[in-house]
Amino acid sequence: MTDSVGGGGEDDLPWLAASGPWADLVVSTRVRLARNLVGVGFRGRNSEADREGVLEQVQAAAADAPSLAGATLHRLDPLPLEGRQWLQERQLVSRELAGLDPGGRATGGGAVLVAGAVAVMLNEEDHLRMQGLRSGFALDEALADAERADGELGARLSFAFHPEFGYLTACPTNVGTGLRASVLIHLPGLVLTREIAKVLQGLAQVGLTYRGLYGEGSAVLGNLFQLSNQTTLGKSESELLDHLGRLVRQVMECEIQARDVLRRDAAAVLDDQVWRAWGVLSHARAVTFDELVELLSGVRLGVSLGILPPLPLGTMNRLLVLAQSAHLARAAGTSLEDEALAVHRATLVRRLLADEGRAR
Amino acid sequence: MTPCQACHVRDAEVELTQVMGDEVTTLRLCGKCAAERGTPTESQVTDSPLGAFLAAMGQGATPLAAAAATGEPCPTCGATLGDFRASGRLGCADCWVAFERPLRDLLRRVHGGTRHVGRRYLQAAEAGDPSSDLIRERLRLREALRDAVTAEHFELAAELRDRLRGLEG
Repeated sequence: MTDSVGGGGEDDLPWLAASGPWADLVVSTRVRLARNLVGVGFRGRNSEADREGVLEQVQAAAADAPSLAGATLHRLDPLPLEGRQWLQERQLVSRELAGLDPGGRATGGGAVLVAGAVAVMLNEEDHLRMQGLRSGFALDEALADAERADGELGARLSFAFHPEFGYLTACPTNVGTGLRASVLIHLPGLVLTREIAKVLQGLAQVGLTYRGLYGEGSAVLGNLFQLSNQTTLGKSESELLDHLGRLVRQVMECEIQARDVLRRDAAAVLDDQVWRAWGVLSHARAVTFDELVELLSGVRLGVSLGILPPLPLGTMNRLLVLAQSAHLARAAGTSLEDEALAVHRATLVRRLLADEGRAR
Repeated sequence: MTPCQACHVRDAEVELTQVMGDEVTTLRLCGKCAAERGTPTESQVTDSPLGAFLAAMGQGATPLAAAAATGEPCPTCGATLGDFRASGRLGCADCWVAFERPLRDLLRRVHGGTRHVGRRYLQAAEAGDPSSDLIRERLRLREALRDAVTAEHFELAAELRDRLRGLEG
């Protein structure tokens, strides 16, 4: 295992490569398992020494675990704000663990172990949160990643488990399997045809919930929705995934139908909107992240419907991370306070598009 | 089976504890009568989020509220149900045993049931669950101690206190 102070390859983002199934509609799939160690209080009832103990125990177990032996450990507390935000932008740690909320600070002992598609977040609300993160719509593969880490660490540590309630968690909404699966899906058709509220309401009735790009409490940006299971107890891991998978497929069908309706009934408006999005994306000299994600939504839809010339999905996906503030600041050798970040962002977009022979 | 205390026809399936001021009443109800009082049964999957449930605790209509009113802390971490109500988070894994009964009611509301049917943790199955038994014993002794003090059985209380100290190390 190697220690890191927040480094790592800028382009090491296989889950954004658009190589997975249904990558046109689904950006990525994540499955996480929540686990806690026996004999250590949960956050709020544990001390910094307890959390250091968790970190030591997990590090020792990981060093001995075949799939985690080469993992990189990122400790959050010694990192400056930019380094913590950089990890959060890559979806490796939560905003809370990274202490990104105004007035927040990194939890002492907070860390993440990263090995390929697997990340194990330590000392968040639960002692361990193991996630598998995959490109496209790939629930089984993401679960297999998380379960591999769970099996290897579980054999070397003592997880809190109750005969009736299953894996014990700090919050009762996670108990049982401790499993939360989420699919990041692009639904511009349903938003433009105003069918989205109905679809989301229907999903809530059958036990699914949605969040924005950055998880709990985050706003929906660029028509990207994270659909996930709401309950974690009373169904097996595979039943939970089957249920979510079946409903995501239905949502994908609804999205495809909505796009057909748009193409049939509002072709001129649609053409105008996606070309405008492309125009601004490829020519802007300063752009905020929120605006960029909205523009990418239009361009993604235009490319998908054949209105715009082809552009690799992976390029558009990567911008969702590389064009965020901490990534831009690091790449430009500047700081998060730099007022020119919006300019750096627009430059990065044009550079990536130029690499595809599409902009100057 | 106990008959429902409201309709006296169907069998009681759920226990509804109500706290009004200092008075705690417990009703055993069938699914239909419980539903009419806004208490879901295990068979009804509800989508009530945790926050709404925790808010409802303030109105005293759940076993959790009754338990919260007694203020008995978790013997391991010292967290109370009042703390849980305030934060929505338990203090440690042993809280699940200490507050087992009231949490069961919460799980029914949040997940529609209480029984884990997914992967079982092999280590736990092999080792049995001695820590849970110990916590239950400590809780039982504490309750007996409280009763003994209330009834002014001081010799018994002293003996129970010593046993409790022995267990709590």
